[in-house]
Amino acid sequence: MTYRKTIGARTYVFTSLKDLLAKASPERSGDLLAGIAAESAEERAAAQMALADAYLSDFLKEDIVPYDEDEVTRLICDGHSGEAFDEISSLTVGAFRNWLLLDETTGDTLKRVSPGILPEMAAAVSKLMRNQDLIRAAAKIRNVTAFRNTIGLPGRLSVRLQPNDPVDDPKSIAAQIMDGLFYGCGDAVIGINPASDNYGSVTELLRLLDGIITRFAIPTQGCVLTHITTTIKAIEMGAPVDLVFQSIGGTQKVNESFGVSAAVLREGFEAGASLKRGSVGSNFMYFETGQGSALSAGAHHNADQQTLEARAYGLARAFSPLLVNTVVGFIGPEYLYDGKQIVRAGLEDHFCGKLLGLPMGVDICYTNHAEADQDDMDTLLTLLAVAGCNFIMGVPGADDIMLNYQSTSFHDALYARGALGLRPAPEFEDWLRRMGLFDERLIPAELRPGNRLLEGAEAIND
Amino acid sequence: MDQKNNKTQTIIPNPWDSLKRFTGARIALGRCGASLPTDKLLEFRLAHARAKDAVYAAPDCERLKADIERISGNSAFLLESRAQDRAEYLKRPDLGRRLSEESAALLASRAPGQVYDIAPVISEGLSAIAIERNLRPFLELLYPELRRAGLSAAPACLVRQGRVAVADEVGSLLGARIAVILIGERPGLSSPDSMGIYLTFNPHPGITDERRNCISNVRPEGMPCGAAVSKLMYLIRGSLRLGLSGVALKDEQEPDDALLEEGRGGMELPS
Repeated sequence: MTYRKTIGARTYVFTSLKDLLAKASPERSGDLLAGIAAESAEERAAAQMALADAYLSDFLKEDIVPYDEDEVTRLICDGHSGEAFDEISSLTVGAFRNWLLLDETTGDTLKRVSPGILPEMAAAVSKLMRNQDLIRAAAKIRNVTAFRNTIGLPGRLSVRLQPNDPVDDPKSIAAQIMDGLFYGCGDAVIGINPASDNYGSVTELLRLLDGIITRFAIPTQGCVLTHITTTIKAIEMGAPVDLVFQSIGGTQKVNESFGVSAAVLREGFEAGASLKRGSVGSNFMYFETGQGSALSAGAHHNADQQTLEARAYGLARAFSPLLVNTVVGFIGPEYLYDGKQIVRAGLEDHFCGKLLGLPMGVDICYTNHAEADQDDMDTLLTLLAVAGCNFIMGVPGADDIMLNYQSTSFHDALYARGALGLRPAPEFEDWLRRMGLFDERLIPAELRPGNRLLEGAEAIND
Repeated sequence: MDQKNNKTQTIIPNPWDSLKRFTGARIALGRCGASLPTDKLLEFRLAHARAKDAVYAAPDCERLKADIERISGNSAFLLESRAQDRAEYLKRPDLGRRLSEESAALLASRAPGQVYDIAPVISEGLSAIAIERNLRPFLELLYPELRRAGLSAAPACLVRQGRVAVADEVGSLLGARIAVILIGERPGLSSPDSMGIYLTFNPHPGITDERRNCISNVRPEGMPCGAAVSKLMYLIRGSLRLGLSGVALKDEQEPDDALLEEGRGGMELPS
């Protein structure tokens, strides 16, 4: 369908919904790289006005990525609930924004309507929203999941402890895990990005995580973020796998570039489901995403990167994941150029993921070739903590020595929790107190001699 | 800045300080409330400043070319991508993935016209320091291994401002069965000198990442050259045997502790 907007003497024409979405998207380098962005600021504003007048029902009539060519489109469309959509079916995208922000539209309302919202509708409305709208609407939604603890409850902020090492050295990884636990991090997951996909070293890391979690009876889960086919093999061989991880994107072709398909994800899901290692819940899938991955694989179908990111959430929600994490600034300046673009993208991803029913975390991060620094990370961290983000990353000193980028640190987690009165997952909070690691004010306690975790840490020296 | 001379204690230390010797990660930093102590904050800023500077450093191509020719015993090509300058390189990875028209024409006209097992490609990528520091010791270990395995290597190509996929075009123009690119990785805060290695079987333009195998973080404090060469030779042999590369080529090599310890033990690399 063609969309038009006349501004003064000039009429802007948008040839399709896909074109309209791309031109309405707030400026970012990835869409410029793809050659699909608005050519002027006025054209962008006109596109946003035309998008505001488009009906949500238009999105049911026009595919952004063709149904016949793309299994992600098929999965999203086939899973769409007309019944849930009914409540919002008469709205334009502009009215949808108004409705989302009404006080009467509560978290329960949004949860009810969520199965009727296509990822493309979520992306569309987000393009009209200011940062404060993205925060306000997302803060209404709590998507709670559980494995060995409960993540995403109101007033809670969890942290993935990320103890990466460039050569997967077990002592380096163990030392980083201890550092994070002392700082109250690790309730979302203790998750290692392995330097090598080597099956032997992956299983060694799985045993290391399982050993620490078991020895100290930590109410949390471990994960080695290796390719899903390696995890399936580890499960078959009896290695102690808690979570099944995979990076995913919003088109079939980008997933092919990751070496996965919906069928492979389903296979991983079934392998994970056979384990039943969760104690308080049964969510065990862990997905990572990030704007720009489809373009980087030449798999973007000329759709804008934020819409494709929302489609990745459409794929994720078919698997009831424990954790979904947008790695927002990792991909580099050719997709998100600077701190301003990274902050905006982080809020969009968090909002869209929450609206689509996902337990969203954000890896608030940047690389050294992007125009960003720790001040930008502080800004996004604070905004996401206000928006009710389920979890963030905890990397020692914010410096990931394996992946070569900067994320948030254990100190940052203490800051965000302290500044906004947010607490760890309840089971993990109890553990922190029981272990004498945190005091009644929920800040790190002075460790008594003979503290069990401190003795455990000292044992690494042996 | 010498906080030790302050009479008032402002830093809460971490009693697990002894663990620092096991990791290059920034652990046991101490805290002031929830926050980083001032010296740690400023050390971080310095590291970030140096990493930013590394992104914009340029390699000494003539010297690198001479090194490559000496070690390989063969002539090398000095090529460039389509990215005109650093700013364009950073914003337009598509241009970094293709050879400039002049470079493509040069390679096509001077390609020796035989089938090679391996086409070695080198680019500074995002860190010239990575190539300046790691290329020579790496090649000095790699070439003898290639000869021992009876594998033929095409003339090496040094591509200014290249991205990983530029090796696909080079490999296909040279008629190689496998393209291997050694490239400066995005500089890390603690590792501005990290080199990455990517291997692609049957290289041609348009290949995506699931068809590649990667060895990351090659540098003395990360994966030392000896271990990286051993891993690369393992992947090359597997790739030639199976006729593929990428996720279907699993890395199931047993880690060789002796090779991994080589770097951390402070052993000098051959020069």
